[in-house]
Amino acid sequence: MEADELHELTAAYALDALSEDEERAYEEHLRRCPQCQEELRAFADTAAALAHGVNAPAPPPALRDRIVEQVRAERAIVVPLASRRPLYASIAVAAAAAAAAIGVGTWAAGLSSELEREREALEILAHPRAQSISLAGAEGRLVVTDGREAALVVSGLGAPPAGHTYEIWVIQDEQPVPAGLFAGGEDVQVVRLDEPVPPGATVAVTIERAGGVEAPTGEPLFRARA
Amino acid sequence: MTTFRKRGGGKTPRVPRDLAHLSDEACVLLVARGDETALAELYDRHGRLAYGLALRIVRDPQLAEDAVQDAFLAVWRGAGKYVADRGKASTWLLTIVHRRAIDLVRREQRRRTEPLEEAVETHVAATEELAWLRLERERVQSALRKLSDPQREAIELAYYGGLTQSQLAERLGQPLGTIKSRMFAALTRLGELLAEADQETRQWKPTSSTS
Repeated sequence: MEADELHELTAAYALDALSEDEERAYEEHLRRCPQCQEELRAFADTAAALAHGVNAPAPPPALRDRIVEQVRAERAIVVPLASRRPLYASIAVAAAAAAAAIGVGTWAAGLSSELEREREALEILAHPRAQSISLAGAEGRLVVTDGREAALVVSGLGAPPAGHTYEIWVIQDEQPVPAGLFAGGEDVQVVRLDEPVPPGATVAVTIERAGGVEAPTGEPLFRARA
Repeated sequence: MTTFRKRGGGKTPRVPRDLAHLSDEACVLLVARGDETALAELYDRHGRLAYGLALRIVRDPQLAEDAVQDAFLAVWRGAGKYVADRGKASTWLLTIVHRRAIDLVRREQRRRTEPLEEAVETHVAATEELAWLRLERERVQSALRKLSDPQREAIELAYYGGLTQSQLAERLGQPLGTIKSRMFAALTRLGELLAEADQETRQWKPTSSTS
């Protein structure tokens, strides 16, 4: 099939209205066609909305039990595989969230350490009722959930001088409390705070000696008020 | 780290195990890490819709259950392949459900093609059904009604009826090219109508709480 013809199949593909052969040809085309990928994204949302157009009687409760049971049975096999797999999904979610949060399109996905902490950070970014506050002094945002958990998204922060680290502070009533360390040097840094951020508190970041200190020794590089 | 002040025995506060506050996307992420409670959470959010969709397509309660079960297992196994920037997690999930149901219906050759009848569907008392599901349904059905008859017919026969574009062309006695462009135009228009409806209802929908 010609490419022009294949472009036209995006709607039919989103509706699952292609034969197997057509589908195979289209999917092959789709991999190389950003235009179709973009179009499909919108069409897929519209098609999925059609699912809402039907009466939805409650499924039998036994169905949920069966699904959970079967998943448990598979868990023993699947989990070791899953945990060996690089976290492409988490990187993609975090990258999308970071890009959306601060308007940058790229994020080097060279993340190897601290994945767990990052996963927690991006759970905060993905929180449906998170408040997002612009940073003063750097490009980025402070994201605070209604449970007062917080994450920082900062871009363009170079690595600190040798023997030093970035340290986060939660400042309330002029009392800074250490809220975590991070190394910097990523295009976009996503870091979860170790301390909750009460309403009205200020979050600031300083450069401190490696290992962190109990009270800030220098002026904040940037800050945000929750 | 030595002088780092810690609270609560040095444990950092963790995201609570109650997943209700997480987005669908974050739940899929947890599923990819082998978290079965996150899968159950996704089921609790979308299971009813998934079942309703499957039932509409396969028109048999037992087959609908099979389709939903298959689909959620596919979600469990395939969560690592979900790529957030290609679309919403709910779209991804419902696409899988739709696909399973369509596969079943095509395999079983049980296709029913009446566009609007809902013969098998259980009557659902308004009070029993979640209010937001009902509102969503009204929103989608109202958007569908605003399409031209041929456009609506094409979409319904394809999406709910499981017909391929070639089968559609044959059934409607139209050239394949006409069907292709009709589906394209119909889905584009439907997307616009839904976006308009979304604008109208957005004001009073439950959104962010400022605690």
